[in-house]
Amino acid sequence: MCGIVGLYLKNKKYKKDLGKFLTGMMNNMCTRGPDSAGFAIYSTERKKKYKYSICYNENNIKEIKKNLRKEIKDAKIKIISDHFVLETSLKPVKVISIIKSYDNLNLVGYGSSIEIFKQVGNPRDVVNNFSLKNFSGTHAIGHTRMATESAITTDGSHPYSTGEDECLVHNGSLSNHNNLRRTLKKKGIEIKSQNDTEVAAGYISNGLLNKKSLKDTLIDGLKDLDGFYTFISGTKNGLAIVRDEIACKPAVVAETKDYVAIASEFQAMAHLPNVNKAKIFEPEPGLVYSWGK
Amino acid sequence: MIKLNLKKDSLRKVNELLQNLDQKSNDRSFKIINPDGNHAICAGLKEEMDVTIDGHVGYYCAGMNMKAAVTVNGNVGTGVAENMMSGSVHVKGNASQSAGATAHGGTLIVDGDTSSRCGISMKGIDIIVKGSVGHMSAFMAQSGNLVICGDAGDALGDSIYEAKIFIKGEPKSLGADCEKKSMNKKDQDLLKSLLKKASIDENQLTHFKMYGSARKLYNFNIDNVSEY
Repeated sequence: MCGIVGLYLKNKKYKKDLGKFLTGMMNNMCTRGPDSAGFAIYSTERKKKYKYSICYNENNIKEIKKNLRKEIKDAKIKIISDHFVLETSLKPVKVISIIKSYDNLNLVGYGSSIEIFKQVGNPRDVVNNFSLKNFSGTHAIGHTRMATESAITTDGSHPYSTGEDECLVHNGSLSNHNNLRRTLKKKGIEIKSQNDTEVAAGYISNGLLNKKSLKDTLIDGLKDLDGFYTFISGTKNGLAIVRDEIACKPAVVAETKDYVAIASEFQAMAHLPNVNKAKIFEPEPGLVYSWGK
Repeated sequence: MIKLNLKKDSLRKVNELLQNLDQKSNDRSFKIINPDGNHAICAGLKEEMDVTIDGHVGYYCAGMNMKAAVTVNGNVGTGVAENMMSGSVHVKGNASQSAGATAHGGTLIVDGDTSSRCGISMKGIDIIVKGSVGHMSAFMAQSGNLVICGDAGDALGDSIYEAKIFIKGEPKSLGADCEKKSMNKKDQDLLKSLLKKASIDENQLTHFKMYGSARKLYNFNIDNVSEY
């Protein structure tokens, strides 16, 4: 089943409440996905700085921290639960190869704006562990998972990020992901897990790498991605949502002058301010909707 | 009127109260506030009563309804009035997919739009949608009437049996075995009574077209043998 949520702030009014609002949205979607959860938060980018969200699993973080600081001089490390966010001005190619040289580190996502966290467990516990309510930012995406296509592991959890400042959450399943995974790998897109959604994330990365807009990439995806899905995809500029043409997987959008909230079910957003006065609609099948700067 | 607050009382408590209403009771008017998108509100009501829900509700609102009249001042999620037997449901906002699915009787009125599969496998219900309906509406509809004041999405009335579809706008496309029919006096009277139920001006009658089954899928056609 899975629950997906997204929140895009149109102005600064609720910037500090972003994490708090998303916490409520994810908690209300526990019923759709109780086995794991994750979220991505976008905040205003800091020039020439990159943030790397890394899962260190059950390893000794003190030692990792010490070693990383030796290799990356300006490294700022913020530890949250079993993840840490490494901030540095060093170029991504270099940093990614350093992270890869550690067997016990998984790079969850990176970029100038995105921070991304995911974990196995009840979404209520997961958002608590990462103190989601304290995050501020411009837009965010969340996912509560009921596993179907691959195992219940952190690797199998959403959001998936296969490119700089990109992420994707998915409700549904894809049937042609094995074939597509091979094609994308040949094109140089790195896909780590056996999960179908990561392939869709890779598909989007490939489109963006070829200078296509997120919207155009998702429109192409309607032809190339076989299966049923509602996707919410994020970049540092904003959010987009698309449902496949059969549209079995639900989605509802509420738009006010201050925000755009997207969720699998209305109850996820019932706690948001002035939601009862919002323009509420269901995204039409096979149409891409996007919000951003 | 008895006020029920879903912020204070649990959904189960509210539904149990309504489902087990004493037959002799004279208090038959209820208002539910703070529905907050909860699912299955007013599902399984069996007695005559009026329930008004103030706000947006989730899935299967007033599902399996018998005799009760439920009004929603807001939007509803998937499967409103699904499998309704009798009574009425009036949605003042929009409805999500599968509105009135498999319903045997009663009346469902939606003031706004419904999304896909409105009236899927309907078995006798009257559905009146003042806005438009999504794709695959009246799929395998067996009996009853679907009135659409706006347009319809793709594949309207696919594999339809003996239900009737009245539409004022245009269907984007027709489903298999669904065709336009001419309306006789009986059909016009039926449509008139349906429009009246939803307080729609009778003069609109002439703008509607009727669709139904071409009945070509009822029997095996030897010409199609290569398809199997």
